[in-house]
Amino acid sequence: MAKMTIREAINLTIHEEMERNPDVLVLGEDIVGGNGTAGGPEAIGGIWGATTGLYAKFGANRVIDTPISESAIVGAAAGLALAGKRPIAELMFADFVGVSLDQLWNQMAKFRYMFGGKTTCPAVVRMIYGAGMNAAAQHSQSVYAMMTSIPGLKVVMPTTPADAKGLLLEALRGDDPVMFFEHKSLFAVSGEVPDGDYRVPFGQARMVREGGDVTIVTCGLMVSKSEVAADKLAAEGIGCDVIDLRTTSPLDEEAILDSVEATGRLVIVDESTPRCSLASDIAGLVASKAFSSLKAPIEMVTPPHTPVPFARELEAAWLPGASEVEAAVRRTLAYR
Amino acid sequence: MQLSRDQLLRAYSQMAIIRAFEERLHDEIKTGDIAGFTHLYGGQEAAAVGVCEHLADDDFIVSTHRGHGHCIAKGCDVKGMMKEIYGRADGLCKGKAGSMHIADVSVGMLGANGIVGAGAPQAVGAALAAKMDGKGKVAIAFSGDGACNQGTTFEAMNMAVVTKAPCIFVFENNHYSEHTGFDYAVGTNKDIASRAEAFGMKVWRANGSDFFDTFDTMREVLDYVRAGNGPASIELDTERFYGHFEGDPQRYRGPGELDRIREERDCLKAFREKVTAAGLLGHADLDAVDAAALALIEEATTEARAAAPPDPANVTTDVYVTY
Repeated sequence: MAKMTIREAINLTIHEEMERNPDVLVLGEDIVGGNGTAGGPEAIGGIWGATTGLYAKFGANRVIDTPISESAIVGAAAGLALAGKRPIAELMFADFVGVSLDQLWNQMAKFRYMFGGKTTCPAVVRMIYGAGMNAAAQHSQSVYAMMTSIPGLKVVMPTTPADAKGLLLEALRGDDPVMFFEHKSLFAVSGEVPDGDYRVPFGQARMVREGGDVTIVTCGLMVSKSEVAADKLAAEGIGCDVIDLRTTSPLDEEAILDSVEATGRLVIVDESTPRCSLASDIAGLVASKAFSSLKAPIEMVTPPHTPVPFARELEAAWLPGASEVEAAVRRTLAYR
Repeated sequence: MQLSRDQLLRAYSQMAIIRAFEERLHDEIKTGDIAGFTHLYGGQEAAAVGVCEHLADDDFIVSTHRGHGHCIAKGCDVKGMMKEIYGRADGLCKGKAGSMHIADVSVGMLGANGIVGAGAPQAVGAALAAKMDGKGKVAIAFSGDGACNQGTTFEAMNMAVVTKAPCIFVFENNHYSEHTGFDYAVGTNKDIASRAEAFGMKVWRANGSDFFDTFDTMREVLDYVRAGNGPASIELDTERFYGHFEGDPQRYRGPGELDRIREERDCLKAFREKVTAAGLLGHADLDAVDAAALALIEEATTEARAAAPPDPANVTTDVYVTY
């Protein structure tokens, strides 16, 4: 065990896995930084700090600093994976996925199926996502719902340093393409990380806390907001189950349904915009598989169906917080 | 370098098999027994074979929606391909690919592709894998004059130059991107090789309707790339004997155009004339190859028609390795 941030856990896991497996490599924009400048390679050391130190240790063949070419980054990762390597591509902002979408959606996600199961595509695409840094409409989105809708991709969102390591290692040891979402507001979150080959299986949600009165299903940054709300409610004797999904594809349906069957009240807290979202997906799941357990309408706490605004006041109004979660829990309890 | 008799026979056989495969498909599709969209490679055989005869199984290619020729030239099983196009359970991709997505990674064929221009970035990735391994292997991105206008192709060419990837961008210019002419759609109104050259790589040009010109030029390209000089490009001037897709009425063709290109730019005919005039092979040798190709395709078609369809239960298999 060692205490570290999510950023450090990701960096360490990549270091260790590249050391262990010569087929693992990283590629992306400014993952080294400084190439072709007076400052020289590693003048930046990776724009998010998640790839710092890799270039010096593993060299340009396995730490590939690319031009700003998202289609080529993700497409090259697809080709590397088909050719037997285990690439980790970085999209500096998840919003840039739009530039590369064909290579994810029509290519990487579909190879195995189209080719009749005769190939694997073990590529990991790290995407830095989420609001909270006033980065405005094109650098703040939570596009995990869109990725979750694509068969063939796995979608992962760590919220603790231990999960960052365990889920990333699981992605790197697996044989399917994985969209690995790292929330930019969570990089500095600190916690204990197990040593060695610590893996967290996909499709197993983390029960953050058990309360028994209301089920809160959430992921990513919204986990911590939900915890704050649950703390406040607990002081009044209202107990919340808080479920951190960890992965939205595969989805731990059992954890959701088990809790809802016990509480009868569900609040879904989702940072993606509300239409065709993770929240609506889980609401659909519960409505179809646990309808008779429900004692109140399903509450969905999401941003409004708008782009992410810039100004501090506007972004704060846009991004769901603990008070919205708390209000939703109170609404579901007040029903009838 | 003079090709041996066996090499000549093999090259001609590969071209003849592709031609027979495509001509047969052209007829089979009219019966209505083949589902979906099919894009035929007939006319361009010398390009695929002139490139792929230089490659081994651990060299990579990525292909296009017009991919049957590349698949055969790279060593995909012809009967498995016919079954795949017929959507059969034991097709090369179990009936999940069809004509547009045939692949066999075990022979370095990383996939035909339904998205124009999608393959080039993947070829760069495969080339980077080859570079990591350091064994002098290469990746080929087959693209047409349509794909030469896609941003993915531009990104891939620049990325290959920047990373010194052993990637070869083979542009088969058949003068049509779907139903639109090269002169309209390629804004430089020059050629594709100049465009590739502008990205900073060495380029070659060859007559893609002439096996020998393509094959000999490709040897130079491959020597250059395998030596670690980074990427390169070759533009092959060729002809599409069929429409964009089967069923295309081809109203964009000029009067007599199809007759003229079949008369003047048939790569099989040109091969035959060249080798018989030089006394390297006789007409009887080539006739025997033609007959064998036709017999193979006859057998492949008969077997594909008789083969079992996929079990509908398999609609959900092969999405993930584990889920």
